[in-house]
Amino acid sequence: MDTLVTQKVKGLTGNDAGAEAMRQINPDVVAAYPITPQTELMHAFAAYVAGGKVNTEFVTVESEHSAMSATIGASVAGARAMTATSSQGLALMWEVVYIAASLRLPIVMVVVNRALSAPINIHCDHSDSMGCRDSGWIQLYAENAQEVYDNIIQAVRIAEHPEIRLPVMVCMDGFIISHSLENVKIIDDKAVKEFVGEYKPPWSLLDTSHPVTVGPLDLQDYYFEHKRQQAEAMLKVPSVVKQVGEEFGEKFGRSYSFFDTYKLDDAEVGVLALGSTAGTIRVVIDDLRKEGIKIGLLKLRMFRPFPVRELADAVKHLRVLGVMDRCISFGAQGGPVFMEVRSALCDLAEKPITRSYIYGLGGRDITKEELQSLGRELNKLTKEEAQKEIVKYFGVRGDD
Amino acid sequence: MRLKSWQEIPWGGLIVEAGNAVEYNTGDWRSFRPVRDKERCTNCLLCWVYCPDSSIIVKDDKVVDIDYMHCKGCGICAEECPVKCIEMKPEAEFRKEGR
Repeated sequence: MDTLVTQKVKGLTGNDAGAEAMRQINPDVVAAYPITPQTELMHAFAAYVAGGKVNTEFVTVESEHSAMSATIGASVAGARAMTATSSQGLALMWEVVYIAASLRLPIVMVVVNRALSAPINIHCDHSDSMGCRDSGWIQLYAENAQEVYDNIIQAVRIAEHPEIRLPVMVCMDGFIISHSLENVKIIDDKAVKEFVGEYKPPWSLLDTSHPVTVGPLDLQDYYFEHKRQQAEAMLKVPSVVKQVGEEFGEKFGRSYSFFDTYKLDDAEVGVLALGSTAGTIRVVIDDLRKEGIKIGLLKLRMFRPFPVRELADAVKHLRVLGVMDRCISFGAQGGPVFMEVRSALCDLAEKPITRSYIYGLGGRDITKEELQSLGRELNKLTKEEAQKEIVKYFGVRGDD
Repeated sequence: MRLKSWQEIPWGGLIVEAGNAVEYNTGDWRSFRPVRDKERCTNCLLCWVYCPDSSIIVKDDKVVDIDYMHCKGCGICAEECPVKCIEMKPEAEFRKEGR
């Protein structure tokens, strides 16, 4: 692919690719606490700090709650601040995760997706980041190490956009992406530096000539107005994500938007997934097409804000759509992605038959063969069958 | 004071004017009101020293008023007054509304 900027191909894990992006971004402050499977990302970044490859103030804290608190403190002081975590670490951050978004701080956090306890499990599912889907953070999901790298660089621009100023979670599948070695195209340091630009905070707690109060008491009279502002900021995110994704494509040859499709235009059956599973589905689609099944993929990149209209437009021609969730929303009718998709399709006069597939919890592998059988099942799925069994637990023992 | 719309206020609850707490009526939380007996007051100003909300107003070394917009009725002034000239009276006695 012709690109304007030289790119070196390196063999990197998702965690290494994340650390590489962070090295090039050279944030002012990084505060982090180690947790599997995020540990290696911060390990690699800490080595860059120790080796003088970045100017970052690296704060080793005593918990994830402190990691996010210190990141917020740095951001409030006018710094470009980043962190990373997984699973229980994100759960421990919870209250401050909301505060980062509510204070409108453009923090970028890498979330290496891992299941939540109990029972304790270190492997991939999306319960951790899906759990904070209402926290006010923008969420981008990566299919592979390349997208981890590209998403982190773009996340800085999205978060700091003057019309947005919201934090961004860049999510990657624990172990499956974070610990797998892949070829990753690395952009020249200078070009990344130019792309992310210099962070110019509109205010800073350290600017004593323009004093501000951050996070004061906000009661019945104004709290609601501040929440309304956040809702409005989310509405402005899609156009910026698109613009940044296009600019990234023009400069570096890889364009990004809200989602990516594979053989979806002429498909009758669709599978919607996010993360590494989307990669496996691409291969399966080629297999199933040989069997005569007209199947395609929609891989969701941006889950928050949810691209309601664009997604509905992209799937409305399908007869059947299976939505894959690597997460349970206990007590709800289907996984979090499924609920959003159904809501997006709700107003269409003609809409696909939908089914929610909960799969891969706690790192349970999902194979090509399983996805082939899922595709064949969807191909035969009738409206009556779908209504009878809206949610299926796929790949668990005890269910068909 | 006219309350502003979400379009008119700084993002994230940011306060951009320093010291604007003076405009915020925090006195309406008060359930007991300090009332000073001017005749017995010796103007020792211990109430002014102790008041955590700077609600004792002093002019020319004399207590001239109590700022009821910001006094929260904590009663420290009444407790510390050496001549016990400040009495904490139920706020309801001063308010007609809602009763």
